[in-house]
Amino acid sequence: MSIDWKSYDPSPFYDELIAAPGKPRPVARKLMEYLSSLDDRELQVRKQAADHAILEMGISFTVYSEGENIDRAWPFDIVPRVIPKREWEGVQAGLVQRLTALNLFIDDVYNDQRIFRDKVLPKYVLNKSRNFREQCRGIRPPHGVWAHICGSDLVRDRDGTLYVLEDNLRVPSGVSYMLENREVTKRVFPEVFENSSILPVDEYPTQLFDMLAAISPRPQDYPEIAVLTPGIFNSAYFEHSFLAQRMGAELVEGADLVVGDDDCVYMRTIEGLERVDVIYRRIDDDFMDPEEFNPDSLLGVPGLMRAWRNGKVGLANAPGSGVADDKVIYAYVPAMIRYYLDQEPVIPNVPTYLCVNEKDQAYVLDHLDELVVKPANESGGYGMLVGPQASKKQRTEFAQLIKKDPRNYIAQPTLNLSVAPTLCDESLEPRHLDLRPFVLQGVRTDVTAGGLTRVAMRKGSLVVNSSQGGGSKDTWIVDEED
Amino acid sequence: MLSRVAERVYWLARYVERAENTARMVMSFHLVALDMPKSVPLTWKNLVAVTGKEDIFEEHYQREDERNCVKFLLADHYNPSSVSSSLKSARENVRTTRDLVPSEAWEIVNELYLFARDNLDSGLGKRGRYQFLTEVVQRCQTLTGLLAGCMSHDPAYDFIRLGRNLERADMTSRQIDAGALRLLKRPEGDAAGPYEGLLWTGILRSQSGFQMYRQHVKRRINGVDVVRFLLQDIPFPRAVAHSLDYVRGAIERLPRNEVPLRLALQARRHVLKAEVDQLIDDDRLHDFIDALQQEIAGLHGAIVDTWFALDRAA
Repeated sequence: MSIDWKSYDPSPFYDELIAAPGKPRPVARKLMEYLSSLDDRELQVRKQAADHAILEMGISFTVYSEGENIDRAWPFDIVPRVIPKREWEGVQAGLVQRLTALNLFIDDVYNDQRIFRDKVLPKYVLNKSRNFREQCRGIRPPHGVWAHICGSDLVRDRDGTLYVLEDNLRVPSGVSYMLENREVTKRVFPEVFENSSILPVDEYPTQLFDMLAAISPRPQDYPEIAVLTPGIFNSAYFEHSFLAQRMGAELVEGADLVVGDDDCVYMRTIEGLERVDVIYRRIDDDFMDPEEFNPDSLLGVPGLMRAWRNGKVGLANAPGSGVADDKVIYAYVPAMIRYYLDQEPVIPNVPTYLCVNEKDQAYVLDHLDELVVKPANESGGYGMLVGPQASKKQRTEFAQLIKKDPRNYIAQPTLNLSVAPTLCDESLEPRHLDLRPFVLQGVRTDVTAGGLTRVAMRKGSLVVNSSQGGGSKDTWIVDEED
Repeated sequence: MLSRVAERVYWLARYVERAENTARMVMSFHLVALDMPKSVPLTWKNLVAVTGKEDIFEEHYQREDERNCVKFLLADHYNPSSVSSSLKSARENVRTTRDLVPSEAWEIVNELYLFARDNLDSGLGKRGRYQFLTEVVQRCQTLTGLLAGCMSHDPAYDFIRLGRNLERADMTSRQIDAGALRLLKRPEGDAAGPYEGLLWTGILRSQSGFQMYRQHVKRRINGVDVVRFLLQDIPFPRAVAHSLDYVRGAIERLPRNEVPLRLALQARRHVLKAEVDQLIDDDRLHDFIDALQQEIAGLHGAIVDTWFALDRAA
């Protein structure tokens, strides 16, 4: 028996592939026809082929459990998520607009602070921002760009509107899985690629390399680029090593680097000390340089800030970029776009209540059972309250947290995240998902064709984080005109 | 190549070689012990002495019997050279350099570590010992073969070769020393005399060298020839001279190699020009091996200083 699309019913949610039971969206028509041609057994064979490819390619992520770090095979669903190219072009323009405004904002925060003087943003957000770095005041990095690599999370609501849910400007991860998902899908469904025009994604490592090379303090043909990782115990170690390999860059740990009296950064190699021009650091600000930040950090490099400040090394993302990676500041991004670019935002924000505002706080406390409450400075889906799914006790606890530290909490309406058909046990079922495209900004700005689609594998769940049982899908941007 | 990574692959190779040699040594002694008449006392403690870890042994054990010695050599975690400890360290080193070595290398080392951990009991008892030790040796050799056949012969591989051969030179010289101590400085009235050949055969066997000795030396087993073979035979891969030759070869391909290369050539020269029969006659073999081991330790120190320890700021 093959797939019966008439019995697949995503309502009441927006489905990425299906317009109504039995009726695919135009962009997904070829994929759906193809999937329908496979019987259950064949579908399982494809799934096994994907699982096998993932093991063989060594695609893993690390979880900490039972006192040991374990490499888990990357959870992957074989049914791709499809987006029309025409829609995607709008999203790309919106993401470029957003990151441009965010970088203008960060540069402004650490220099003139016009936006506060002009009262577009209240100054208090800065004073209580956990990721604002006084040490970065007065610095002007090359091209005025601070956040070179941004991963913004997009979600689609019931009416089909795409929103930006958050901007990750510190050390966003997931891009390696976007690339690997495509590799796996090409192995599993080569027939579909033959017959449709799916935009390729594999330029990313080259674009990343070019962007990093462009911030080298020594313009030359072969800049020495290093990826700085906290080490093998980090959950994203796979990605660090993957990106280093794809770019032909050195994968280094803090102890491999030393800052000399000349303020240059050197790697300890068997040839002796070798100068490093650009560091793609995958370590948080706090741990980067024990001389300036957390003095107990063993992961960082003493003197790294000094080297960067004196223009002897390029750092991506620049220290202090995280100031814009704050959910209170997120609420002001549309205002930033109007202020710095004199444009209307292309992609809307999710309506956000700032608990620090009295009126908003009162509303939030009254509607905890309808809202999602998030701490302003967490990532990875930790420390949040999903009102409609929470117990009374949890809601009471959160009400107290909010009252105690209102600046640290925001609330948003619970969105009806869109779904897509996902292979669960034997059959296809709707599961909620989001999308994380990656944006690179240097001299120019590049947006990935699609991004990493994360899917909540548990029925009804809205939590897509892989650390919390989420899976992923390949994301296809399809040119329908071809 | 990063110094940290070079150091890890170097130690990966040393620890795997150490595990293999320790397993070989215990196995050959085990077999010799089965052949010996009850009247000839065999001292298992000698094996502990070979590894140079007597002080740690004495801290933990009162009785120097077979059980304790074998446990110390195979299982004890407070003995950093036990098979268990060596494999654990090897695993940590390969775990943190997985990008560099073929992915099967991690699997082999990880499975070997798990095998040794789960089957230690049979290695400690007499009945399962042979099988346990054979399996450890074979899996170590599988790794060596995999790296030789599937890994680019780049600087990382040179560091692996360096570590393996330096460790092997060290372990073989220790075994010669132990044999010499036990057999050549025999106190009056020692009953081992008639069994001397048996013991030297055991030492050769522990290095898989019995057959090669037979083919290349073509003389009956005797102390002087066995020592000469294990020390100076260039074609035999487990002989000290051969190992030092490979150490030299690996060092020659690495950058900034002046100091380690000089020390490696010097050690190799000392080994090759030693007059084994004279050393034995004058009762100076032990002093010679002692000096050789200091040279090997000095060479290791030079390797660390040259390639791994770059703490001096620019």
